[in-house]
Amino acid sequence: MIAEIIVSVLLVAGGFFGLVGSYGLVKLPDPMTRLHAPTKSATLGVGAVLVASLIWFPARYGVLTWHELLITLFLLLTAPVTGYFIAKAHMHMGWSRDELPCPAPGKDWATFADPDEESFVDRKRRDQQGSQPRI
Amino acid sequence: MIAYALIFAYGCFGMALLFCLYRVVFAPGLSDRVLALDTMSINVIALLTLFGIDKGTTMYFEASLLFAMVGFISTVAYAKFVLRGDIIE
Repeated sequence: MIAEIIVSVLLVAGGFFGLVGSYGLVKLPDPMTRLHAPTKSATLGVGAVLVASLIWFPARYGVLTWHELLITLFLLLTAPVTGYFIAKAHMHMGWSRDELPCPAPGKDWATFADPDEESFVDRKRRDQQGSQPRI
Repeated sequence: MIAYALIFAYGCFGMALLFCLYRVVFAPGLSDRVLALDTMSINVIALLTLFGIDKGTTMYFEASLLFAMVGFISTVAYAKFVLRGDIIE
């Protein structure tokens, strides 16, 4: 009975947060604010549903499963990485360097800065084209 | 009681999927579209888990684990393509 109450509360909270996360995707005004609705709120909602499942199966059927914990950890690890990648791609596509303030004095955004060293692809291309410098 | 909570959660995540579908179709930019697809995969994971609780079977966890991995990898592949012009250099 106690497990049932806990699972029900977790399911309702998870559904609410998942709905809020996806509604924010539609409602919020510009891409950078839209980015943070699904990456935070929807992940919290799915995490709540997975924890509910983790509690429900031992309480009801007596089988302990570790899959949910695995999925929760995987989602919590990958959601910030996803958000960061999409933010970087959006900065790269939609904004020029002059529109943004510097992240720190004397530093540039990593996605706009020149690479520190020549990459393997650049070196190969330079070798193929003779010794022309990269534009 | 858990049946009502399950119905509520089904409704919430179904509506969340519809919002994401709207954003996929009417997106102002490419990054919004990819973000909406990523959120769709997250919502589908929740729906699969809810279905597993509903039916009392643990068989759907492998499917949701696969969804988690494929969603993450596809988003990273997109971002890598935009940032570097190639997926595997």
